[in-house]
Amino acid sequence: MPRIAVTVDGVKYEEEVEPRLLLVHLLRERLGKTGTPVGCDTSNCGACTVMLDGKSVKSCSVLAVQADGCDIVTIEGLGANGSMHPMQQAFHEEHALQCGYCTPGMVMAAIDLLRDNPDPSEDAIREGLEGNLCRCTGYCNIVRAVRRGAQEMGQAVRTP
Amino acid sequence: MIPAQFDYVRAGSLGEAVQELAADEDAKVLAGGQSLLPLLRLRLAYPSKLVDVGRLPELTGVHDRGDHVFIGAMATHDEVMRSGVVNADCPLVALTTTKVADPAVRHRGTFGGSLAHCDPAGDLPAVVLALEGVFVTRSPEGEREIPAAEFFVDYLESALRPGEILVGVRIPKLGAGWGYHYEKFHRTAQSWAIVGVAAAVKRSNGAIEEARIGLTNMGPTPVRARAVETALRGVQLGDQVRQACEEAAADTSPPSDLHAQPDYRRHLARVLTHRAILNAAGSP
Repeated sequence: MPRIAVTVDGVKYEEEVEPRLLLVHLLRERLGKTGTPVGCDTSNCGACTVMLDGKSVKSCSVLAVQADGCDIVTIEGLGANGSMHPMQQAFHEEHALQCGYCTPGMVMAAIDLLRDNPDPSEDAIREGLEGNLCRCTGYCNIVRAVRRGAQEMGQAVRTP
Repeated sequence: MIPAQFDYVRAGSLGEAVQELAADEDAKVLAGGQSLLPLLRLRLAYPSKLVDVGRLPELTGVHDRGDHVFIGAMATHDEVMRSGVVNADCPLVALTTTKVADPAVRHRGTFGGSLAHCDPAGDLPAVVLALEGVFVTRSPEGEREIPAAEFFVDYLESALRPGEILVGVRIPKLGAGWGYHYEKFHRTAQSWAIVGVAAAVKRSNGAIEEARIGLTNMGPTPVRARAVETALRGVQLGDQVRQACEEAAADTSPPSDLHAQPDYRRHLARVLTHRAILNAAGSP
């Protein structure tokens, strides 16, 4: 079996994996990172979105062997020193979830969107999150949360 | 679902990848995996081996080659849509790539992978067909060039032979005076085109001098709307354009699926071609 080395949420792992093992299954079943859910079998929903070398990917559509040598950040790696990431906090404040299943992917996709556009309009947020489905259809609060998260993150950058 | 078992090899060079493929006719090329992995997960494909070419330097990058742009097969959609040279010299490719899938898929999915997959609902095949791109391939017999008009053979079937790998695509630069547009009709933001129209239009003195039109999902392969292209030659912008676009569904065989029946797709082709031409003729 191929042997791979990955860094997940700042911790290095070496694992022997079957070629068919999906990245999301490596994260959940081998490394215990169950914060990243599996939402669909069709690459549509984006619930399993993580950062791979700094860019959002759907971890159900990446083989673990393809991630060899890569740096992965999941929803569990966002917070620091026991406090939530500003985008997680914004989702909390704006009540940007109903069942919560899509939330980890939404938060990761939102953070990815801000790499490009630190102050996105409502339209830009809706377009930026086009790969993530909220089956509860609670998009209004999600968009509000991303606006708020962006403002908080902008503040955090501006205030040293 | 979990995919069925397969062997995996990460090719260290293009030569090695070609050898691996030639040695096993059930082996498949793995590029970004954004079309292949869903097929594996749904168990619609059972390759014996995946030959991963995603990291081969010979296949990456976007290169300005004077009269054309060479887009490496492994250039990601994200890379292509941000590329300065693609935006400057092949803007129809850049625009259409922004409409492929969603940001996370565009980070992994590749230009060459989505073309070699030959899905008639994919957006890029119609664009490369309209722009008369040339596919450059490598096999044990050496390098080969395939014009876009011969590359898309049938539903999910390209002109690539067993053991042959797509290296990249040459997109000719159209030069000054051309406008462009991609009109995509789909139900939800990230879904496939029910019908799509790629158009490039050259104007001179207020009239259309030349038009190139590629249709997405109007048959088992992308098709050129030749009848419209001919009818538009020399036409002033106005009612005559609408009339010319009535020919958009000529010589097509659109599929029937849960999104649309063939007659509705023919209607869409006419309406969307008109919109695409007006937009392309209006853009600088």
